[in-house]
Amino acid sequence: MQNLVTVIKNLTKKRLFWPIVALLAVLIFDSIFIDGFLTIELKNGNLYGRIIDIINRSSSLIIITIGMTLVIATGGIDISVGSVVAISGAITVQLLGSGIAPNTPFLLCIIASLAAAALLGCWNGFLVSRIGVQAVVATLILNVAGRGIAQLVTNGQIPTTQYKPFSYLAGFLPHLPIPFSIFIVAVVLTAIVLFVKKTAFGLFVESVGVNSKASRFAGLKAQRIVFATYAICGLCAGIAGLMISSMIKAADSNNAGLLIEMDAILAVAIGGNPMSGGKFSIAASVIGALIIQSLTTTLYAMGVSPEVLPVVKAIVVVIICLFQSEGTHKMILKVLSTHRRLKYEKTV
Amino acid sequence: MANNEAVLKMNGVSKTFPGVKALKSVDFKLRAGEIHALMGENGAGKSTLIKVLTGVEELDSGEIYLGGEKILAKSTQQAQELGISTVYQEVNLCPNLTVAENFYIGREPTRYGKINWKEINRRAEQALAKLDLKIDVRQKLENYSVAIQQMVAIARAIDYKARVLILDEPTSSLDKNEVEKLFIIMKKLRSEGMGIIFVTHFLDQVYEVSDRITVLRNGELVGEYEAESLPKIQLVAKMIGKDLDILSNLKKDANKEQNTNDNDTFMSFNGVGHTGTIEPFDLEIRKGEVLGLAGLLGSGRSELARVIFGIDKADSGEIRVNDERANIASPIDAIKRGIALCPENRKTEGIIGELSVRENIILALQARNGIGKTISRKEQERIADEYIKLLNIKTSGKEQLVKNLSGGNQQKVILARWLATNPDLLILDEPTRGIDVGTKTEIQKLIIQFAERGMSVVFISSEMDESLRCCSRMAILRDGRKVAEICEDELTDRNVMKSIAGED
Repeated sequence: MQNLVTVIKNLTKKRLFWPIVALLAVLIFDSIFIDGFLTIELKNGNLYGRIIDIINRSSSLIIITIGMTLVIATGGIDISVGSVVAISGAITVQLLGSGIAPNTPFLLCIIASLAAAALLGCWNGFLVSRIGVQAVVATLILNVAGRGIAQLVTNGQIPTTQYKPFSYLAGFLPHLPIPFSIFIVAVVLTAIVLFVKKTAFGLFVESVGVNSKASRFAGLKAQRIVFATYAICGLCAGIAGLMISSMIKAADSNNAGLLIEMDAILAVAIGGNPMSGGKFSIAASVIGALIIQSLTTTLYAMGVSPEVLPVVKAIVVVIICLFQSEGTHKMILKVLSTHRRLKYEKTV
Repeated sequence: MANNEAVLKMNGVSKTFPGVKALKSVDFKLRAGEIHALMGENGAGKSTLIKVLTGVEELDSGEIYLGGEKILAKSTQQAQELGISTVYQEVNLCPNLTVAENFYIGREPTRYGKINWKEINRRAEQALAKLDLKIDVRQKLENYSVAIQQMVAIARAIDYKARVLILDEPTSSLDKNEVEKLFIIMKKLRSEGMGIIFVTHFLDQVYEVSDRITVLRNGELVGEYEAESLPKIQLVAKMIGKDLDILSNLKKDANKEQNTNDNDTFMSFNGVGHTGTIEPFDLEIRKGEVLGLAGLLGSGRSELARVIFGIDKADSGEIRVNDERANIASPIDAIKRGIALCPENRKTEGIIGELSVRENIILALQARNGIGKTISRKEQERIADEYIKLLNIKTSGKEQLVKNLSGGNQQKVILARWLATNPDLLILDEPTRGIDVGTKTEIQKLIIQFAERGMSVVFISSEMDESLRCCSRMAILRDGRKVAEICEDELTDRNVMKSIAGED
């Protein structure tokens, strides 16, 4: 018994413990209250089911969240990712053209939009690291201007495309039962995690996030590191933009990725990463993104109308955050111990 | 007006911070109608004494009497109500409010529940007129010079029926004329019977206005003196402490041998300077020597170190490392040339608090390797273990967060960070400040050991004892200028202090 308590106690100290508990709680709730939540079926050679749905839908959010985690770890924030999503989608669809055959080679379209997204990330990085503009303000510029840029690219229209392979990005490849987006997430996640863990980049990001001045004095090029995180974040938003526009086979400059920056920031926070920068965990952020997406899917499945959805979502998020905070843990422990003491005193 | 009655008395005041005794049973007496200078180097306990007095920090033991009554302020506001007002180094008013608003912020006279603006403006004008200051109180504060802002702060402070006025480094952001003006006001207040505590590190200013001087060193009271009967050089001696012990002599012999063997120059500076912080200087750093940089706080000793390490890029002159022209524009440039710096400000410039001891130790080495050439986890642990053992760092483990270590051990972690890069030149800026005596001697011993192995060391310390003990040569700085260089034969406390004080 005592052994079990210490095992659990050590477990609760693990970085990923509380995010995973929160995710499990949501999933368990779903499997009890939503009929057929866990069933996965094979239709036309593709896998279908709510779980698959959650993973598929969350893929673009996960990719943005990875970039956002790095930016937040340096003590910054990027609220322009939603606009970058719109721009990257606009460029791709505009270049592809509306026909079944593409106007521009598909690969070239992808490269062009990702390059643009990375460039926009560099712009943010330049403002924050070189000019010294506060991150919120610096990225607010693109947040506001970005959708206008996307409109310019599409001439104020919502261009659509019939080019088939484009729809594979957020859908299914022929003869493959698993959604293709999962592979994209896997590749991006692996690439960035390897880059962060196998090089000293992760250590440098954390060091700059904790104490930028001392890091510079220790020989780090603090400005370049901050710059790099924004560039990576922009690139991630670009990839997400491809997937989001692929989903509707069109580029909706006004609505593509609308408010996704808030979900991404939320995912980082729910994952338990400090918003002030420093130690970060990409895995925790990914779990945070999954929590948000399963929450949204759950609420839709339960028939909560889209208009009131944000309210319910907010309430659940507050509960999850409270649940994770050390203050709450201490409070609960205190209540428990006084309760125990009272009981003890009574028996004495 | 001046009489000998003590308006403020502090008896046996002690204060301990984790790891250091900041004040050790200090007595302090302030008389009505006197300007009393509080002197001491960094970490001497001046600011702690003032913090305890004004209720920012709680004292551990001791008593404070104001006009014969025992007081214990729990907050600055309470201290102010009791009659102890403070004007800090940085003007802490709101620049975007008007002068009058600043004057009455938080205690606005009201009429029928509304703020009585007429009254505010009239009374603010009156209060400033008392200091012979005629300005438009309806203007925003930021429209006036720093000097006027300082005066407004002072006027505001004494408007609280203050009996004791504390001026904490009030002149550091003022020019000469402005300082004169401030002194006139201080003298006027003195003649009205106010007791003024004047904290500054400008020696000339102390002698210009002060009646008495109290000197603190290492949290202990050195003594209280009449300003007239204490020559400047004596004051410097008391501030930096001159009692030598036998160890210093022992060491110097060892160093002499060293110097005859090894007289190669590691680094040389020719007319190197940085506008605004340090005037062009010539300097040579030899292999295997401990070169001291001496001077009072603000003399430019840390600024010189910053130029060597590339934090401030030299904008004139030529730097040569190993007889090769070197362009050092940033710390990483310096690190690549085998230079290391333990900065003065451990917390803000040294440690990365939220990272572990291991990560802090390997940080500079990894920075030199660049992002690609990662030090393997195993190697990191080996390095961390090695230096934890070598420097005797007291930590529960190498994965402990550095912020949880005591000041002395944090300092050792930073030292380890630099030793891990195996530097040719190690610059130590106040490496022993705020560290208990035991660790202090440990670090001093280490410095001497490094030098014996051929590493050059540049050593900056506010403590004369320590510098004399460790250094084989000293460069003296005053007001951002290198004024003298003292070699081992003439390296005595008296010579050094003469140079620091600027007496010939």
